[in-house]
Amino acid sequence: MEKFVVALGKRLINRVMTDAGKSIRRTYKKKMPILWWAQRSSYLHFIIRELTSLAVVYFVIILLFLLRAISQSEPAYIEFMAMLRSPAIMLLNIIALFGLIFHSITWFNLAPKAMVIKVGKHRVPGVLIALANFAGWLVISILIGWFLL
Amino acid sequence: MDDNLTIMAESITFEVFRYKPDESSEPSLQKYKIPWQKDWVILDALNYIKDNIDGTLSYRWSCRMGVCGSCGMMVNGKPVLTCATFLKKFLPGPIRIEPLENFPVIRDLVIEMSDFLDKLKSVKPWVIRDEQDLVEEEYVQTPDQLADYKQYSMCINCMLCYSACPVVALEPDFVGPAAIALAQRYNMDNRDQGNKERMEVLNADTGIWNCTFVGDCSVVCPENVDPAGAIQRYKVESASHWWKNLLLPWGKG
Repeated sequence: MEKFVVALGKRLINRVMTDAGKSIRRTYKKKMPILWWAQRSSYLHFIIRELTSLAVVYFVIILLFLLRAISQSEPAYIEFMAMLRSPAIMLLNIIALFGLIFHSITWFNLAPKAMVIKVGKHRVPGVLIALANFAGWLVISILIGWFLL
Repeated sequence: MDDNLTIMAESITFEVFRYKPDESSEPSLQKYKIPWQKDWVILDALNYIKDNIDGTLSYRWSCRMGVCGSCGMMVNGKPVLTCATFLKKFLPGPIRIEPLENFPVIRDLVIEMSDFLDKLKSVKPWVIRDEQDLVEEEYVQTPDQLADYKQYSMCINCMLCYSACPVVALEPDFVGPAAIALAQRYNMDNRDQGNKERMEVLNADTGIWNCTFVGDCSVVCPENVDPAGAIQRYKVESASHWWKNLLLPWGKG
């Protein structure tokens, strides 16, 4: 009998304790809205940066198709170039070019975060690392432009 | 001077997030109209409300000087230390005060941080040595070696970076900015040999590779720890480690 009472008491105490525990743990958790990326300008900037990487993919695909057309025949190349001159493709290219430029600029601006270069005892300032990246971009662009034109 | 007096004579409205789990399962915004002083920080206003208007308002604070990291809250949607944020910045108001985002709320402005503490512990934030027993001589460190990791050691665990990070909200298992920066603090310490042990946690899907580099963690950090930088540096290191293993499998890991 005594054992039974003790067991019952323990069970009661456990019950009260866990209930109390549960009430402490009854927390409120805000749900992340689907449009979370539109709520802060920094998030929007991030999403645009990520989405404009599609512009990079787009130009790579155009380049591959161009190479394929060149390797096939002269008429195939002429046909491909005519397709590129259609207004719809021109418009798409202009939009993609802006996307590409935005992506490249934001990408090089982030470079100093990942690149830590030390000269002697001193860390090279981030601005210099970003500038070096931009300079590299410019030089390679000029070289390609000079080669093509 | 006259301008200041007229502004100070006015009152300002605070919209404070209230959550009372014993009364309602939904939170609400409560308005308090209070007088204010031009040298007040947000925390002073909250203390004024607590002392003079509504003693039931719950929030954490301690040092009042940006050292303890207890008083982080969302002020007009941005995570800040309320003891280090001047009220006059938000004139003419209203000023909305909410608990740190991306954490479960226990009551009013008090958040549940045990998940954060578990994540901190998971990266083994202490000096790990290969040898079993302590050696006789001290482990020497030059000022330059200290400078390598000092920035990452300045974290005060205020959790503002977790509040600023959308990945923390979308991927609850993400180890998170402060914990990874703290791991880097030990990885870059010349006395530490625990890089490999920490890699299991850091190199997992829920570690550095969860980070999409939004970069807001470093923007909101009150101690300029730059967790975003710490994570990207580790990505570079981990990727080069992977390439080395692929190209030179006989080399030392």
